[in-house]
Amino acid sequence: MFLSVSPSPHRVGHANVSAVMRNVALATLPGVATLFFFFGYGVLIQIVLCVLTAMLTEAFILKVRKRAITPILKDNSALLTGLLLGISIPPLAPWWIAVIGVAFAVIVAKQLYGGLGFNLFNPAMIGYVVLLISFPVAMTNWPVPFEISQYQLSFFDHLSAIFTGVTSGGLTVNELRQTVDGVTMATPLDSLKTDLTLGLTSSESQTKNVFGSFAGLGWEWVNIAFLAGGLWLLKLRVIRWHIPVAVIASLMFFSFIGYILNPDSHGTPLFHLLSGATMFGAFFIATDPVTAATSNKGRLLYGVIIGLLLYVIRNYGGFPDALAFAVLLANITVPVIDYYSKPTTYGHRK
Amino acid sequence: MNQFSELTWQGLWKNNPGLVQLLGLCPLLAVTTTLTNALGMSVATILVMVGSNITVSLVRQWIPREIRIPIFVMIIAGFVTCVQLLFNAYAYGLYQSLGIFLPLIVTNCIIIGRVEAFASKNAVIPSAYDGFIMGVGFSLVLLLLGAVREILGQGTLFDGADLLLGDWASILRIEFIEFEQSFLFIMLPPGAFVALGLILALKNSLNAKVEAAVVPVQIIEKPERARINKVS
Repeated sequence: MFLSVSPSPHRVGHANVSAVMRNVALATLPGVATLFFFFGYGVLIQIVLCVLTAMLTEAFILKVRKRAITPILKDNSALLTGLLLGISIPPLAPWWIAVIGVAFAVIVAKQLYGGLGFNLFNPAMIGYVVLLISFPVAMTNWPVPFEISQYQLSFFDHLSAIFTGVTSGGLTVNELRQTVDGVTMATPLDSLKTDLTLGLTSSESQTKNVFGSFAGLGWEWVNIAFLAGGLWLLKLRVIRWHIPVAVIASLMFFSFIGYILNPDSHGTPLFHLLSGATMFGAFFIATDPVTAATSNKGRLLYGVIIGLLLYVIRNYGGFPDALAFAVLLANITVPVIDYYSKPTTYGHRK
Repeated sequence: MNQFSELTWQGLWKNNPGLVQLLGLCPLLAVTTTLTNALGMSVATILVMVGSNITVSLVRQWIPREIRIPIFVMIIAGFVTCVQLLFNAYAYGLYQSLGIFLPLIVTNCIIIGRVEAFASKNAVIPSAYDGFIMGVGFSLVLLLLGAVREILGQGTLFDGADLLLGDWASILRIEFIEFEQSFLFIMLPPGAFVALGLILALKNSLNAKVEAAVVPVQIIEKPERARINKVS
């Protein structure tokens, strides 16, 4: 038996970067499966494309930087960046969107800062924001869930739509987004936002068929699946409860206030919690150990900032969903939060 | 090295206003969306720099030291107004596309910097040359940034050259790749920051080689290592 004679702590965790990243990647599986169920093969094609690009770009830039390629690739961080961005990209977006976004995320947002552990901003979200401000049309073209979609697409239809812009039957991506009524519909968050500017109240808007029984059709289940994956991460103790709980609680609190004050122009708190990227962001994006705050108090504050920004930008900003912006803006505040939330050492009195 | 080749070396590489002094970032980042815009800004900046350097050098004996800065600014503003009126008359399209950044040349730190640091202390001919070569050094950065951003952002080169050079220049337009949508990130200021950062990195990585090639090797005798603490 090995007897450790070092000073305490004597019990140390044996988590390493590779295992942590692998567990986070595995925990996205329920969410990915649900996305696949509602939106088809495009989801998987984008993820594969993004992961491959991430690995290749990382290998390339490590070669340029004269670093060991295989050991660093094995830490799975490039894989995770690719995976998270692949989940965020609309399933029918053209292939070069994924390539540009992932390459920018890995090269500029991660490796130019010095690689894993040195990046100030979440690489996947930088890639997403670059894509969103550069190609706003392609990046907000989410198709409707299969239940109300006019066309049922095969794997090859998706492949051909992503790589050539039209399916084998000659349908463009915009036509593929039509519902059974022949109308192109946006995501629930997007259509709520548009309807409110058109003068509809939020309850009138929510009678449309993109809305499901309690939030957006399809999206509510996607969010619940990501919530399940996130809870599994909590159970494995890969992430701590502070950030997700703070994000969800503050989003719920602020959307509750908005809903109480003016129910006609706001979605319900439940709608906000189960729409767009809320759960995915709270458990998988905001908890990135490199870019999030590091003390427990700091984590709570960081989560509250994300929840508040999420609510403010969704309701008053120019974009329908705001997770990427909220996380990046909160990333900027992390050095200050960390400075003011240093835990006191044992035995110190304030 | 005589004075003029020293000035050239300083303006184009060693002390380049865009890459080393990092002055004039506002026009550098804002108007370099296309090569044509960058070219127009370059011409305007060089004209103003040469003009104000000559004028300040001519009257430098009579400027009271205490109020020199306001006087410099007024002289520069005069030249900027001239250039602005010229653009308005002969290149109206470019005048519109440069917009507020043309009158804002007044506030460009490179110009007041050269006037203060060089023209107010030197004779007319070296001052004119200094203004010219510093302007060229700045322009090279503007043009490089403009070309990179135009190619990456919209896949063309010399788009809208006819706005500056007259109708014949529309044949200069080269289309490398046809983009379905322009890459907005590169066209917006954040893209300019990233591109400028990469150019700075390139300059720094080439620096040692270029300096070795240009500056004649001087043999510097290494001083003997001095003993700091006295040993008795």
